Amino acid sequence: MQVVPSIIDGLLIGFVYGVAALGLTLIWGVMRVINLGHGATMALGMFCTYFLFSDLAVNPYLGLVAVIVLALLFGFLIYGVALQRVVQAGYLSTLLATFAVNMIIIGLGTAAFTTSPRNIDFSAGSITFGPVILQGTRLLAALAAVGITGVLYLFLYFTRPGKAIRAVSDNRAAAELMGIPSNQVLALSFGLGTMLAAVAGGLASTFFPFTILSGATYQLKSFVICVLGGLGNPLGALLGGLFLGALEGLIPIFMPVSWVPVVEFGLFVLVLVVKPTGLLGAK
Amino acid sequence: MNPWKHYGFWLSFLLIFLSGLVVLVLRQDTLRETAFTVLMFIGLASSLNIIMGYTGYVNFGHIIFFGLGGYFGFYLLSELGWPVYLAALGGGLLSAVIAYIIGAAVLRLRGAYFALATIGVNEAARSFVSNFEPFGGSTGLYVNFSAYDRYGGAAQALWFTFILLWLVVLAVIVASYLVKSSRFGLGLTAIREDEDTAMVMGVKAPQDKTKAFLISAFFPGLIGTLYFFKNGNVEPEDAFRFQMSLEILVMVMLGGKGLLLGPIVGAFAYERLRGYLITSPVFKDLHLALSGLILLLIVLFVPGGVAGWFRERFPQFRRWLE
Amino acid sequence: MILQVQEVSKRFGGLQALQDVSFEIAEGEILGLIGPNGSGKTTLFNVINGVYPPTQGQVVFRGEKITGLPSYEVARRGLARAHQVVRPLNDLTVRENVMVGACFGRERHSLGRAAPIADQALAQVGLTDRADQLAVTLNVAQKKRLEMARALAAQPYLLLLDEVLAGLNPLEIAGMMETVRQIRDQGYTILMIEHVMQAIMSISDRLIVLDYGQLIASGTPAEVAANPQVIEAYLGAPEMTARLLAD
Repeated sequence: MQVVPSIIDGLLIGFVYGVAALGLTLIWGVMRVINLGHGATMALGMFCTYFLFSDLAVNPYLGLVAVIVLALLFGFLIYGVALQRVVQAGYLSTLLATFAVNMIIIGLGTAAFTTSPRNIDFSAGSITFGPVILQGTRLLAALAAVGITGVLYLFLYFTRPGKAIRAVSDNRAAAELMGIPSNQVLALSFGLGTMLAAVAGGLASTFFPFTILSGATYQLKSFVICVLGGLGNPLGALLGGLFLGALEGLIPIFMPVSWVPVVEFGLFVLVLVVKPTGLLGAK
Repeated sequence: MNPWKHYGFWLSFLLIFLSGLVVLVLRQDTLRETAFTVLMFIGLASSLNIIMGYTGYVNFGHIIFFGLGGYFGFYLLSELGWPVYLAALGGGLLSAVIAYIIGAAVLRLRGAYFALATIGVNEAARSFVSNFEPFGGSTGLYVNFSAYDRYGGAAQALWFTFILLWLVVLAVIVASYLVKSSRFGLGLTAIREDEDTAMVMGVKAPQDKTKAFLISAFFPGLIGTLYFFKNGNVEPEDAFRFQMSLEILVMVMLGGKGLLLGPIVGAFAYERLRGYLITSPVFKDLHLALSGLILLLIVLFVPGGVAGWFRERFPQFRRWLE
Repeated sequence: MILQVQEVSKRFGGLQALQDVSFEIAEGEILGLIGPNGSGKTTLFNVINGVYPPTQGQVVFRGEKITGLPSYEVARRGLARAHQVVRPLNDLTVRENVMVGACFGRERHSLGRAAPIADQALAQVGLTDRADQLAVTLNVAQKKRLEMARALAAQPYLLLLDEVLAGLNPLEIAGMMETVRQIRDQGYTILMIEHVMQAIMSISDRLIVLDYGQLIASGTPAEVAANPQVIEAYLGAPEMTARLLAD
């Protein structure tokens, strides 16, 4: 029976989806911005990990440290250049601004990296549980995902900047009255969201070959997850990620793989229409 | 209301009318091809403007009306042998029907949720068409060259198609103007500014949004059929270039959304820029990045677009830049 | 009776916002609706004009049950509203804003006929010289007048005014009250929510009082002012209040 191993594999991948969706939902929760550059950032994370691995022989999991730092800084840059001016201007401006950033990244990325697929030829072995074979890359990625989520949780609930982020996300005006420098908090949040996307990309790069355009597929998965779990709901993002991963493990058994996007987007539109606040409730 | 006083409309109408006339008089193939592309984008951008600029509902998937309507229209003319103008109408009507169905589901969503839904719908439509057999699967449909015979051969057919497109784009301008200057259009603007208040004032928002959506979908269906007929084939990758949805959106923003002249200016400027970039050895890979940069600059600094900026800077010309 | 509200209740999840509210408005009268903050006044307006349906009860307008109809259907039947938190259509001019009211209200005028009606409404509220300005450029008092003009242009049978005096300085209040008096003199039926006691007491024919979602009093202004339950709702225990006032 192919079902169980498929689903377990899917679940492990789902951890990574969850981290990606967490990045998207964090940015929405704090500043009501839908980051349409999310996928492009994931793709950049993939490439960063790839180049560290293939050119500098850095273990992909160690390379994540560099990805984290670079992505954080990159997020600050994007916020400062593209978003700061329009954060208060309404959803259309921010949507189009992040969208423009997406186009720029993809455009430059296509020119720089072309569309030939890259692959990280890294094997971490596998563990066998009876009929189920778990790949090392999946396990390590799931562990990394859980680790990063844990650290983020600690950051948000036990550090000052983290609490500031939660305050601003609750009520920006009130937070400002309390003396919280909300603009810096927004920059930090965007940096974190970007970082999570890039890390998820880096982990995903150990699974499958990718191009600069792969980010788009993952971005749409992130949207589906966030909408399922409720935009702005972190737990929803994580659980949604696991759910989608499992679903993706299940679907190819019953229909050709090319139908997976159709099913995912059917689900997406269905949830948006029937229960736009998501199954777990949005912010 | 004296129609001759509507300078804004006449400016836009005459721009298109005279451009087409010049091409027809000069009878050059290359000029016609360039003009075809520009006119096509003007038509697509102007129709998007109806739902996006006038009504405030940003549709990231506008191209699916072009693709699905165009596919269906092409099927009508290549498999069923319909004359191209009827097939185009068929394509337009199918697009309107699809807009009605999609609209029933997604128009009830507001703001960013609507935008996201249109992104999702676009992707799903693309995957669906790749898998759907009568549409030729992922290899698409090809025209039987005898289809060109009824127009006196391929060369004549291309000119005929150009004329049809020219007329269609003129029709889009007229329709867009009629919407904008009517009571219906006032209702759409009210919906854009504050939908709940508009409803409290008596605007039937659900019905009016749907009508606007249908109108915006009909013309791309017509245009798509004509485009694929001219090319002689249609494939999913071609018909649903999601990128084209985005580029059309940039055109509307660049020229000025909500204005009649905006999409014309935006489509023309963007198409020319794109044409230049693709042929330039330095920039050919960068045109997407550059469009992104243009969009970003517009959103950050000139949200009203080129025409909008002019309108504000030179209030005396307001009536011309409608 | 132009409006009959019959045992209307509204529940939001665990919160009972309105409980068994019943009252009537006669044609041509001004009915004032008062009550402490949070007593459900705006919720009642929302139920009446169709923003959301009541959980229970009926709303009858000119003999027709309009309970649960969407707000645009209610507007078309001749019920117009000026909101507490002003909601101008920012990118339209003042005149265009008011024309929306005329075009989609009771009479559903064409654009051509809506323009003079809009101008008339603007004259009534004193915004004629700002007719071609964008609505977003107005100050709060002017936006309040715009709300009023929009509602008037719809030529409604019943006008719902939600705190039209809120946020105005004493001079502006006097001006607005004069406008309301003029509208009343033209024969409009008005249901108005107001906190400025002097104003609403002086202009209303009758008053109804809400407290915690329930109707606790109704009658002439004099009757209501003397009602101990009303005093208690606003100020706390009546004897204590009397003692404080005596001191």
